[in-house]
Amino acid sequence: MQSLFQWIEQSALGVSINESLYAFAVIESVHLIALAVIGGAVLIVDLRLLGLGLTRLPVPHVARTAQPWLIGSLIAIIATGFPLFASLAASKYYVNDAFWYKMYFLAAAAIFTFTVRQRVAMKEEAPAVSAFGKLTAVASLVLWSGVGVMGRAIGFI
Amino acid sequence: MSILSSLQWLEATQFSTGIRESTYVWAIIDGVHVLGLCLFVGLTLFWDLRLLNVVMKRVPVTEIWSRLIPWMTVGFVIMLFSGLGLFVSDPVRFYGNIIFRIKVVVLVVAALNALAFHYGIERRLLEWDTTPTTPAAAKVAGALSISMWALAIVFGRLIAYNWFEPLV
Repeated sequence: MQSLFQWIEQSALGVSINESLYAFAVIESVHLIALAVIGGAVLIVDLRLLGLGLTRLPVPHVARTAQPWLIGSLIAIIATGFPLFASLAASKYYVNDAFWYKMYFLAAAAIFTFTVRQRVAMKEEAPAVSAFGKLTAVASLVLWSGVGVMGRAIGFI
Repeated sequence: MSILSSLQWLEATQFSTGIRESTYVWAIIDGVHVLGLCLFVGLTLFWDLRLLNVVMKRVPVTEIWSRLIPWMTVGFVIMLFSGLGLFVSDPVRFYGNIIFRIKVVVLVVAALNALAFHYGIERRLLEWDTTPTTPAAAKVAGALSISMWALAIVFGRLIAYNWFEPLV
């Protein structure tokens, strides 16, 4: 694993970002914009599942509205996140605990959202959401917050 | 008292020094600022997309507004206070940072856009609440809002880089 990380850092992509004064900062800014979009697309559905926000719309309607924005922003955040990772893969991220926790949270949040939460949201047709639906929203909020908090923590460790 | 001397006084206060010199307080406020960003900008995006007639086109505009505004407000208050906390921790450095000044201009434009919407096309909201499309003025407000908040994120992030000589 460590040698893979070293290979990524020494690749043309990693080296070019590392040698540029502005590349990391600019890519990071776009990464944060994508984060805000993910936040909105996740929250608008989770709030609805908790009986908050757009309560007069059926849950599946809110989920369908948010879906393309969630997928689009997730693609954008991975497409910007990977070059950031590549630039310092072995020397910074491999040895940074917060980075690993962020990846675990991200994997868990993405899998949970597109399997369990997706199915639950599409089934909650009634205005009042079941207890299981609410629990799903809480789990989703915890997992996605974990990604954001651990992402921020990378810079402080 | 000039702006600079006021900020120097602020910087010397115990409150400012406390945040600046603490390992965790600054990091926690910054983390809260980022989570507040998701709540505020993320939900404002969906409101702006409704103004642009991109999402939830058949849902009345007033319905989206009344249900989202409490959460956008919560997000805004979190952003405002965590942002002020970060600023107070090192006010002279922020004041001298050209990118911070650009961010302030962007925030002022975003605020003026919100005010223009409020005193302009919003006054006739009931006329276009359920029309098949939204008026051009509402679309301009939505597009400007998305652009300004995206720029605020970009410049907010870039404040951290010392690319330019401090202005003070």
